[in-house]
Amino acid sequence: MKAFFTEIRGAVMATLVLTVVCCGIYPLVVWGVAQAAFPDKANGSLITDAKGNVIGSKLLGQGFTAEKYFHPRPSAAGNGYDAANSGGSNFGPTSQKLADSLKDRVEAYRKENGLKDTDVVPADAVTASASGLDPHISLRNAALQIARVAKARNLGANKIAELIRAHTDRADLGVFGEPGVNVLRLNLALDKQ
Amino acid sequence: MQTSDWLQLALFVGILALITKPLGLYLVQVLDANGRTWLDPIVRPIERFSYRLMGVKAEQEQDWKQYTFAMLLFSLVSCLFTYAILRFQHLLPLNPQGLGALSPDLAFNTAVSFTTNTNWQSYVGETTMSYLSQMVELTLHNFASAAVGIGIAAAFVRGISRYSTKTLGNFWVDLVRVTYYLLLPLCLVFAIFLVSQGMIQNFKPYTKAKLTETFTIQVPKLDAKGQPVTTNAVVMVQSPKLDAAGKPVLTNGVAVMIEQPQLDAKGMPVMTNLPVMVDQIVEEQVIAQGPMASQVAIKMLGTNGGGFTNANAAHPFENPTPLSNFLQMLSIFAIGSGLTYYLGRMTKNQAHGWSVWAAMMTMFLAGVLVCWWAESAGNPIHHKLGLALADGNLEGKEVRFGIFNSALFATVTTAASCGAVNAMHDSFTALGGLVPLFNIELGEVVIGGVGAGLYGMLVFVVLAVFIAGLMVGRTPEYLGKKIQSYEVKMAMLSLLVLCLSILGFSAWASVSEWGKAGLNNNGPHGLSEILYAYSSATGNNGSAFAGLTANTPWYNTTLGFAMLIGRFLMIVPIMALAGSFGLKKAAPPSAGTFPVSGFTFVLLLIGTVLLVGALNFLPVLALSPIVEHFLTAQGKLF
Repeated sequence: MKAFFTEIRGAVMATLVLTVVCCGIYPLVVWGVAQAAFPDKANGSLITDAKGNVIGSKLLGQGFTAEKYFHPRPSAAGNGYDAANSGGSNFGPTSQKLADSLKDRVEAYRKENGLKDTDVVPADAVTASASGLDPHISLRNAALQIARVAKARNLGANKIAELIRAHTDRADLGVFGEPGVNVLRLNLALDKQ
Repeated sequence: MQTSDWLQLALFVGILALITKPLGLYLVQVLDANGRTWLDPIVRPIERFSYRLMGVKAEQEQDWKQYTFAMLLFSLVSCLFTYAILRFQHLLPLNPQGLGALSPDLAFNTAVSFTTNTNWQSYVGETTMSYLSQMVELTLHNFASAAVGIGIAAAFVRGISRYSTKTLGNFWVDLVRVTYYLLLPLCLVFAIFLVSQGMIQNFKPYTKAKLTETFTIQVPKLDAKGQPVTTNAVVMVQSPKLDAAGKPVLTNGVAVMIEQPQLDAKGMPVMTNLPVMVDQIVEEQVIAQGPMASQVAIKMLGTNGGGFTNANAAHPFENPTPLSNFLQMLSIFAIGSGLTYYLGRMTKNQAHGWSVWAAMMTMFLAGVLVCWWAESAGNPIHHKLGLALADGNLEGKEVRFGIFNSALFATVTTAASCGAVNAMHDSFTALGGLVPLFNIELGEVVIGGVGAGLYGMLVFVVLAVFIAGLMVGRTPEYLGKKIQSYEVKMAMLSLLVLCLSILGFSAWASVSEWGKAGLNNNGPHGLSEILYAYSSATGNNGSAFAGLTANTPWYNTTLGFAMLIGRFLMIVPIMALAGSFGLKKAAPPSAGTFPVSGFTFVLLLIGTVLLVGALNFLPVLALSPIVEHFLTAQGKLF
C-alpha cells in the first residue's frame, strides 16, 4: 500500500513539475525571445493604414468582390475569410453540393473576366482553400483578372502586371512550395495608385 | 508532377537520412539514466531537483509490470487534471475571449485525446479553447504523451537487447530525461524558427481589422432581451403541378414541380415560427491570436498534431511559408527516424536498425507517390465543369503548398501518428484520401508516432521472424531470443485490438442514427468519413475527414474509448512482450537463424505489414474509397 501511495505522489508531482516547466517556463521563454526578435511576426504580421488602424494581416486573405479589386479564392471559413473560424468545405470528390457550386463559380468567373464558355478556369479561382484564409491566388488566376481590373480602374495593364510581380511570393529558397500572388497586399497597393 | 517536386522529395528523404544517425546517438545518451550530453551542466541540477520533488529513486529500475503501472497512473492523473481544467476554463485566467466551459463529453474526449497522443479535435480551437487551456493542458500532454511513447519504445528495446533480466528501465527517469534533454531544447529552437517565418506567439485578445471591402450577411433579428424574433409563416412544400384533371403536368416526361402551402388534414395551411432575418454589414475581420509557436513546435516534434486553430497547419499563421512547412514535415519524422538508429545501436546490430528504416521508407515512398499522383490527376467530374486539368485537385488545399506539398504532408502525418494537416483530407480524391486512411490502418508503423511507431513496427518484426521460422521449419529467433507461443500471442493481441476497435466502432456508427447524423458527405464518402474517424482515434493519429460533425455526445464518447483502447490496450501486451524478451537467455546464432537485416528481411517485413493491414481492412476499404474512385470516373454524384 505504501508503494502505491509513493507512485501516486510521483504521478501528481510529475504532472505539476512538467506543467510548470513545459507550460509555464517554456512558452514564456519563446514568447520573450519572439517578442524581442520578431515583434511584427509574433503579433500576426499586421497591416496598418496611414492613421495606424489595423486593416488586416499580410498572411491572411480577405474577401473582395468589386470589379476594381483582384478576387481571392472562395472561402469556407465562417461567412468567408473569418480569421477566428478557419476551415475548409470538407466536401468530397463525389459531392453534389461541391459540383453545383463549382459550376456556378466557373460560370461567374468566365463572365467577370470575359472568358469564352469553352475556356478552362484556374482551379484555385473556384475551389475553397483548406484554411479559408489562403492569402494567395495562382499566377495564372491573377493574369486572367488583369483586364477586368485595368478597365475598372482605368489603369494600364502593364502597371498592374508590375504590381502583381511585386506582390508575388516565390518558392522559398527557390525550391520549396509554389508561387502565389498575395491578394490583399496587391489590392491595397492598387488603392494607393 | 514537376521536376521541382521531385527535388523537394529527394531533399526530404535525403535530409531525413542525414539526421537519423546524430539523433539516434543522442537518444542513446538521453535514454540512459547515466548518459552524458552537452546540456548536462544546465539540465542535470534541474533533473535531480525534479526527481526529489517527485520522490523518484533514479537508480532503481522497474520490471515490466511496475513500468506499465507507473505509466498508466501518470496518464490517469494528468488526464483527470486536464479534464478539470477544461471543465472550469471559464473560471480560470488567460481567457481574454471569455470562452465558456467545455461540455462533459467534449472535455472527456479532449482530455483522452491529448493524453493518448491522438490530438483528435472535436473542438474548434479559436472558439472553444482559452489560452490557458491551449498552453497548459494541451501543451503538457504534447510533451508528456510524446515522452511516454519514447519511453515505452526504449523499454521494449531494452527488453530485446538485455539478457536474463527482469528490469526494463525506470518510467519516471525516461519521462523526465526525454522531456528535458530531447524535447524541450529541440522545441525551443524550432519554435523561434517558426516565429521567424511568421507564426504568432502572443497573449493578446483577438485583433479587429477594418475590412477594405465590407460585405453583408443575414443574421436572425434579436429583441431587446437577445432572443430571436420569429414570425408566424406558412410552411411551403414542393409538389407536382396538377392539371385540371388532377394529373401531373409533364415536360419531357418529368413532372413539373411548384411550391405550394402545406395543408393539414382539415385543408388549412400549416403555420410555423420562422426567425426573422435581417441584414448585417460585416466591417471587420476578427483575427485569432495566441501563444501558437510554442505549442506548434511540440505538436510536430512529438507527433501530436492537435492544431492551435481549426484549420491546423493549413492556417497561414500555423504554417506561414513553404519553408516552415518543409521543416514541420521533417520534424514529424525526425525522432521516429532517430529511434531506428537507437534500435540498431542498442541491439549491437546497426544493419537491423537501418533495415527497419529501409522497410519504413519503402512503404512511405509508395504512399507518397500514389497520393501525389492521384491529387495531380485531379477529379474528372470537376474537369468536365471547366477546371484546368493541369492544376490537379485544389479543393481544400493552399496555393503556397500546392499539390505536391499537400500530398507529401498528408502521407507524412498519417505514416507517423501526427495528425496535423496542411490540406483537408476529406476533399482529397478517392485514391488520394485512401493513402492517409491506409497508413493509419497499417498501425502507423511507417516511422510512426514518436516511440509508438518503433514498438508497433517491432511487433511486426516479431511476426515476420515467426513467419520466416515457420517457413523454414525452425524455432524462430529474434536477435538470439527464441520466439515462443507467449510472444506470438501478445503480438497478435496488440494487433487484433486495433482492428477490432476500428471495424467495430465504424460498423456501429454506420448503422446508427447518431452516426449518420454527423455526415457531411453522402454515398461511399460518408462511410469513409466514419471509417477515418475511428481509424484515426484508434491509431492515435488525430487527423480527420473533417466534414464529420464529431462534437456530439455519442461521437465524443465512442471516439474517446477508441483512443483509450488504441493506446493502452496496445501498450500493455507490448510491455508484456518486452518483459518476456528481457527474461530470455541468449541463444547463439545457428545456420537456421533468420538474419534480421538485408534485402530478404526488408521484403518479408513489408510483406507482413501489408498482409495484416490489407487483409483486415480491404473489405471495408472496397466499400468506401475504392468504390468511390470508380464512381468518380463515372461522374456519379451524391
